[in-house]
Amino acid sequence: MKSITVVGASLAGLSTVRALREQGYDGSITVVGEERHQPYDRPPLSKDFLRGGLDADALALGSPDEYQDLAARWLLGERALRLDPMARSVTLAGGRELRSDGVVIATGASPRTIPGAEGLAGVHTLRTLDDALALRADLLHGLPRVVVIGAGFVGAEVASTAHALALDVTVVEAAEVPLERALGRPMGLVCSSLHSDHGVRLLCGTGVAGLIGDGRTPGEGRVTGVRLADGRLLPADVVVVGVGVRPATDWLAGSGVAVEDGVVCDTGCGTSIPGVVAVGDVARCPNPFTGRHARIEHWTSATEQPRTAVRTLLSGRPATAPTQPPYFWSDQYLARIQLAGHVGADAEPHLVEGDFDSRSFVAVYRRAGHSVAVLAMNQPKLFNRLRRSLTPAPATVASTV
Amino acid sequence: MITVCRIEDLPPGEALRVTEGVPAPVALFNADGTVYAVDDTCTHQDASLADGWLEGCFVECPLHASSFDLRTGRPTCLPAKQALKTHRVTLADGYVVLHVTVGEPA
Repeated sequence: MKSITVVGASLAGLSTVRALREQGYDGSITVVGEERHQPYDRPPLSKDFLRGGLDADALALGSPDEYQDLAARWLLGERALRLDPMARSVTLAGGRELRSDGVVIATGASPRTIPGAEGLAGVHTLRTLDDALALRADLLHGLPRVVVIGAGFVGAEVASTAHALALDVTVVEAAEVPLERALGRPMGLVCSSLHSDHGVRLLCGTGVAGLIGDGRTPGEGRVTGVRLADGRLLPADVVVVGVGVRPATDWLAGSGVAVEDGVVCDTGCGTSIPGVVAVGDVARCPNPFTGRHARIEHWTSATEQPRTAVRTLLSGRPATAPTQPPYFWSDQYLARIQLAGHVGADAEPHLVEGDFDSRSFVAVYRRAGHSVAVLAMNQPKLFNRLRRSLTPAPATVASTV
Repeated sequence: MITVCRIEDLPPGEALRVTEGVPAPVALFNADGTVYAVDDTCTHQDASLADGWLEGCFVECPLHASSFDLRTGRPTCLPAKQALKTHRVTLADGYVVLHVTVGEPA
């Protein structure tokens, strides 16, 4: 293999370039990035960066020295339009065609939004550095009333940051219990109570009917409020929509790469086309620990998966992925939440340390006698011990795929 | 010079954090009988290394799994890239004594 094109220049794309060089690949590497920025770290975008406590420079993932050593060609501000699997060529929006021996799909995901959000000033989603800059400018201008739609982790972190800026914040969640899919019902209730602990209003079990603007026609002007499905009107100067993401796979239409809620991969991140692998948020690989064939949108996966994908790409055979529990963290309202493993519908949480009311605890989820996941709030030390004691539960394969 | 604790209060495998009398928090680790001291805050992002996972003379950050060599303060893997400041530790009359390094890490 003499030439490799990596499509996507975020954490998973950069980690792929690093893994290629670590594993001795000395051919040419071209990285295509839709954003104009060099790879940067996204987690602070909803936290320190949004609050105004960090410069964009502090988010840089690589250094000039490292980029020199990696010796890749970076095409930033360029969008991939098409993949031709036969020629393994990637066509860019400007018409340029990149032919290579191997292609890595690392295009990530885009935020979902709600109808009527487009074209209305003051309505934001948060994914990119430019998104964060725009939202930050709105949050730091006067004392806007903020409505966050969606009480997932991104929504909760944005609400926490807006609260830290002394803004009036309301969080609206369509589900009865926030975070239920990630943490299960009881722990979803515990973690989402951080909002009310800090005086942030949390309205659950209510959908959004629409956004109200001051323009003459809908979708024009500036947002003034959020109309809920039950008829209530929440006045708002800034609205943040945090209702999840969809994998960025539109450009693969017609390529023959199998796509279904992301790029369908084997355990080695190989796709349905030889010489094409996928990593990060866009990749849907079977996970040897959880037994699930699902996309994992965690920072840690974006750093670890590329090693497996590169072994597959360079060897031409599906590599084995390490059997490690997926891991993520969330910082909100000065609380640090950490989860390792996968909480399925039938996993029962058991408190093993601390207590819920003090917001300092560790809970282990058990299924059929196995510890399959661990959740901690403000207990990093014990969390890290227990995450090493989790067992991959083969029984989960049948029940959750 | 700070007298931290009795040596039996920092048994092998354990860590503790010193926050008073130091310019920045310091973490002390007893790695199989040798006590090391380094800056407590991970050089990558805000996390306390005293809460980390100690294996031999390496500590893994509890947040993003950067690993540091306690002998040199240097990271052994990403995401951290900058070294931690190391501090000298001596034992006197059964007490652990911390000598805080002033200046930049090696």
